[in-house]
Amino acid sequence: MKILVPIKRVADPDNANKVKVAPDGSSVTSEGLEWKLNPFDEWSLEAALRLTENAAEKSRVGEVVVVTIGPKDATQTIRQGLAMGAERAIRVEGDDAQLDAWQVASVLAAVAKKEQPDLIIMGKQVVDGDSNVVPQYLAELLGWPALNYAQSLTTDAEGKTVKAQRELDTGVETLEVDGPAVITCADRILHPQAVKNGVTPDDFTYPAIEGGRYATLKGIMKAKRKPIDETTVGDLGVEAAATVQYTAFELPPARSGNTTFVESVEELVEKLHADAKVL
Amino acid sequence: MTDILVVAELFEGKNRKTTLSAVAFARQVAEATSGAFDILSIGEGAGAAAQELTGFGARKLLEAEIAGGYVAENLAATVAEVAKGYQVIVATGTAYGKDLLSRAAGKLAAGVAPDISAVKVEGGELIYTRPMYAGNVIGHMKVTTPIEFVTVRQTSFEAAAPSGGASPVEKVAVQTDAVAERLRFGGLESVKSERPELAEAEVIVAGGRALKSEDNFKNVIDPLADALGAAVGASRAACDAGYVAADLQIGQTGKVVAPKLYLAIGISGAIQHLAGMKGSKVIVAINKDKEAPIAQVADYFLVQDLFDAVPALTEAVKKLAAS
Ligand SMILES: Cc1cc2nc3c(=O)[nH]c(=O)nc-3n(C[C@H](O)[C@H](O)[C@H](O)COP(=O)(O)OP(=O)(O)OC[C@H]3O[C@@H](n4cnc5c(N)ncnc54)[C@H](O)[C@@H]3O)c2cc1C
Ligand SMILES: Nc1ncnc2c1ncn2[C@@H]1O[C@H](COP(=O)(O)O)[C@@H](O)[C@H]1O
Repeated sequence: MKILVPIKRVADPDNANKVKVAPDGSSVTSEGLEWKLNPFDEWSLEAALRLTENAAEKSRVGEVVVVTIGPKDATQTIRQGLAMGAERAIRVEGDDAQLDAWQVASVLAAVAKKEQPDLIIMGKQVVDGDSNVVPQYLAELLGWPALNYAQSLTTDAEGKTVKAQRELDTGVETLEVDGPAVITCADRILHPQAVKNGVTPDDFTYPAIEGGRYATLKGIMKAKRKPIDETTVGDLGVEAAATVQYTAFELPPARSGNTTFVESVEELVEKLHADAKVL
Repeated sequence: MTDILVVAELFEGKNRKTTLSAVAFARQVAEATSGAFDILSIGEGAGAAAQELTGFGARKLLEAEIAGGYVAENLAATVAEVAKGYQVIVATGTAYGKDLLSRAAGKLAAGVAPDISAVKVEGGELIYTRPMYAGNVIGHMKVTTPIEFVTVRQTSFEAAAPSGGASPVEKVAVQTDAVAERLRFGGLESVKSERPELAEAEVIVAGGRALKSEDNFKNVIDPLADALGAAVGASRAACDAGYVAADLQIGQTGKVVAPKLYLAIGISGAIQHLAGMKGSKVIVAINKDKEAPIAQVADYFLVQDLFDAVPALTEAVKKLAAS
């Protein structure tokens, strides 16, 4: 089974409250913040790795290709994906801060047409733009089904059919999809039993983790020798125009007021009743 | 004069209240541009659901009856076809709205303004405001394609109230999409609750990892929520651990809420959690650790073991209610 995983770098999300806006409001600046792999992409990559391995025997049984559209220094993010275990990578030269969802999806569609993966597994949103638009566009451009917000994935060994549960606001929906398909993952995809591929024994349990697997030292060394294809939007024949335009950015107003520390339940109730008037 | 199409959100044949936030957006834009809006009810039970929306000021109500559980691929082609007659297509930015509208927009190569918190009209253009970077940056943007797709944040657009009158209902032709044959709906499991929905609740009691088990969550959080008539929410850690259903998660990945009173119990206040609740009016933290980052947004902070504090608080609230 071959899985394509689109990944993007983002300014360290655990410090998202430290991003700044240029004085003229024209751009967001994240100077001083480290680039990290978008967490949702990291989880998706983890799911893709689980679908293409025999976890009990620690062997690979398929191929994972990561792809990013970004400038040269996004290579660092690609290396991280390779160090986690992806077989190879593609970098499409482009300014990730300027391209909009339609352009990104158009480029990814061109890559997918060349690569012909069985599945594309990707983040449901990037945590800088928080959009959740690219996956649906991409599925539409390819004429594939899309399965947003998966919390569990079960495939046969070839990965042609996927049984999934996905999280909607109203509950958990069960779907069966004939590939190739676009899949995005919800948080619960990292659950020890969430991903089954018909190769890893069903009773195998992954460790409970909150992010993707750590890259081992061996993985990091190996990643340095893994191939990274470099290409351009022009080479892929993509001419998509932007569909949205950002006109300005600003920082949100801070929450007013200070924290009142209270000593007891009685004091809390008294304050909520008499001062805040919410009880 | 902007022509706006609201895509209603149906669940089990009825409108979800989320629909009324998209209606509120449509009314605002219609008023500001001397335009008008129509509402499309689509999915199973669309006919009856359209009737529910008759008194909200829509020029007309469109219905597209399509059987089966929710799958975007079954609905998007019809939405896209109907959309061709409008400038702005709006739904509320729930999982449903985001999933369906982006798919339909893709069919028309149209731009999407996702999860917006405000809109204004400037020189005939719609300028959208949207939280980004987990709510740490506010972006202003516009859509540059002839048809604009928009999803609105439910907590930023107060549910529209009925305005009287009756809108005529029209059936629209259902379009099919070959790709839909590659998806088979296998059911929806939803946890039914008598409590208010998170996005609509005036009071929310949210529990975190500190609850340690599903039973503790039930025994400690639920009684307080019942005493307050509150909705129950949770951190990602609590949802991941299975203490409560995933659809109760509040935050960047979960739901965005803005109640009058939010109680964060045994929740540290990670940036991704704050993204979903810092718009609440009054925030109370109950946490053993007074350094927990939730202090950045908390108005009141009770530094105490939750297993002592919450049962006592529940009793105190009941007493207050009785007095
Ligand atoms: C991309 C991404 C998206 C995310 N999205 C979300 C999201 O939408 N929502 C979300 O919530 N999280 C989200 N997270 C996870 C988030 O980063 C935190 O891991 C999570 O919110 C922590 O949950 P918690 O506060 O319950 O647990 P913890 O961080 O473990 O905090 C537990 C708290 O309970 C306190 N405590 C422990 N015992 C007691 C006691 N007996 N009495 C009182 N207090 C006690 C501790 O002092 C601590 O502050 C996301 C993470 C990523 C990377
Ligand atoms: N520049 C990019 N390069 C590769 N993949 C991307 C890029 N931007 C977005 N994506 C993918 O699209 C997903 C959703 O992004 P979005 O719709 O922008 O929130 C991300 O999680 C990535 O998997």
